[in-house]
Amino acid sequence: MKIVIVRYNAGNVLSVKLALKRLGHTAVISDEPDELRAADRVIFPGQGEALSAMRYLREKGLDEVLRKLQQPVLGICLGLQLMAESSEENNAPGLGLIPGRVRRFPDTGKVPHMGWNNIRRLRGPLFDGVPENSYVYFVHGYYMECNPFMTAEGHYLCPFAASVQKDNFYAVQFHPEKSAATGERILHNFLTLT
Amino acid sequence: MLTHRIIPCLDIRAGRTVKGTHFKNLQDAGDPVELALRYCEQGADELTFLDITATQEARGTLTDLVRRVAEAVNIPFTVGGGIRTVRDVGRLLEAGADKVSVNSAAVRDPSLIDAIAAHFGSQCLVLAIDTQKVNGADRVFVSGGKQITERETTQWAAEAVERGVGEIMLTSIDHDGARNGFALDITGTLTARLSVPVIASGGAGRMEHFRDVFTIARAEAALAAGIFHFGDVALDTLKKWLHQNGVIVRL
Repeated sequence: MKIVIVRYNAGNVLSVKLALKRLGHTAVISDEPDELRAADRVIFPGQGEALSAMRYLREKGLDEVLRKLQQPVLGICLGLQLMAESSEENNAPGLGLIPGRVRRFPDTGKVPHMGWNNIRRLRGPLFDGVPENSYVYFVHGYYMECNPFMTAEGHYLCPFAASVQKDNFYAVQFHPEKSAATGERILHNFLTLT
Repeated sequence: MLTHRIIPCLDIRAGRTVKGTHFKNLQDAGDPVELALRYCEQGADELTFLDITATQEARGTLTDLVRRVAEAVNIPFTVGGGIRTVRDVGRLLEAGADKVSVNSAAVRDPSLIDAIAAHFGSQCLVLAIDTQKVNGADRVFVSGGKQITERETTQWAAEAVERGVGEIMLTSIDHDGARNGFALDITGTLTARLSVPVIASGGAGRMEHFRDVFTIARAEAALAAGIFHFGDVALDTLKKWLHQNGVIVRL
């Protein structure tokens, strides 16, 4: 299976590659459109700031490439937020793959939301074998509002979409590559989607 | 609910784990990766590796170690000790560390915090503060807790948050190694005042100490070394006990 991790100047792609290696898979890190199109699975990770990440994707023409992918795509953290229509973070536009808005957490608690939190109302193939209220590792200051495409709900200061899915586009707000056995199960489920 | 994190700390010298008290009587405690994996199995929420290598030459081994840890563990980990420049940080993050912690170098040149946060983001930057009460005031110490500075602990922490650190790791020199519990007063002051998480460190000797630092001082996380290394309290036992006593932890 050919797995490509999208390189776009937004944070730690190495940890995703190493997590896949622990599961027995070799992944390629690339920003070449042809490599992305030819992949069986595309992983779209990311941390950092939304607007500069979107600018980079556009400069490389990767925004259009990502929108047209037909194979399963997994967005992680900022990857999820960039799949939305727009983000409050510097008013960044999104890829518009998932109808949803990204907002900043309210100032009623410490931001970013960082650490292990539980996810619930799990549905869809990504969470096959993952029990309700499993703990996963989050680091984020912005969140996607709950919406009809939500496949897992998180709660920190307010409810938010911890995972969404539309067609072949899957995304998680947390870091499966750093979420111990639960995260490994979710990555495994993504790789074995039929 | 967001859980309180328990973070075992591994002291590293020339690529090996060492055990000791107050940086004295250090004994070789084996391969850090093996110990890290054992802690992962027992439910560690994160890991911290603190490089106490005395010489600059031997520090090269740290990057190799970070890479080996990144390959092996499936939870976040922080690396600290002797970090002086943005380049040092880049090297460790590229090797696979999730976060770095800075201490003395940031006290000497606070703009280091701004520079690291601008390059890599606040989420990967932990400020370690060594604090001690001197004539009733909480003062910041540097150089492994040996040298007093002019800085007051709460003010320094607030300035560092303003400059862009993502977390504060607070070690009470008075409590470190004494096993009489964490410094609840200064930890509580920081957790109430700061907009970033506080990791309490120094003084863990019994399970009750963790409960107290979470419920009384409201620390987001607690870090300990000796209590886990010497097997006084097993990590999994501790987390079960905390859960039974009403503290939200990941089981």
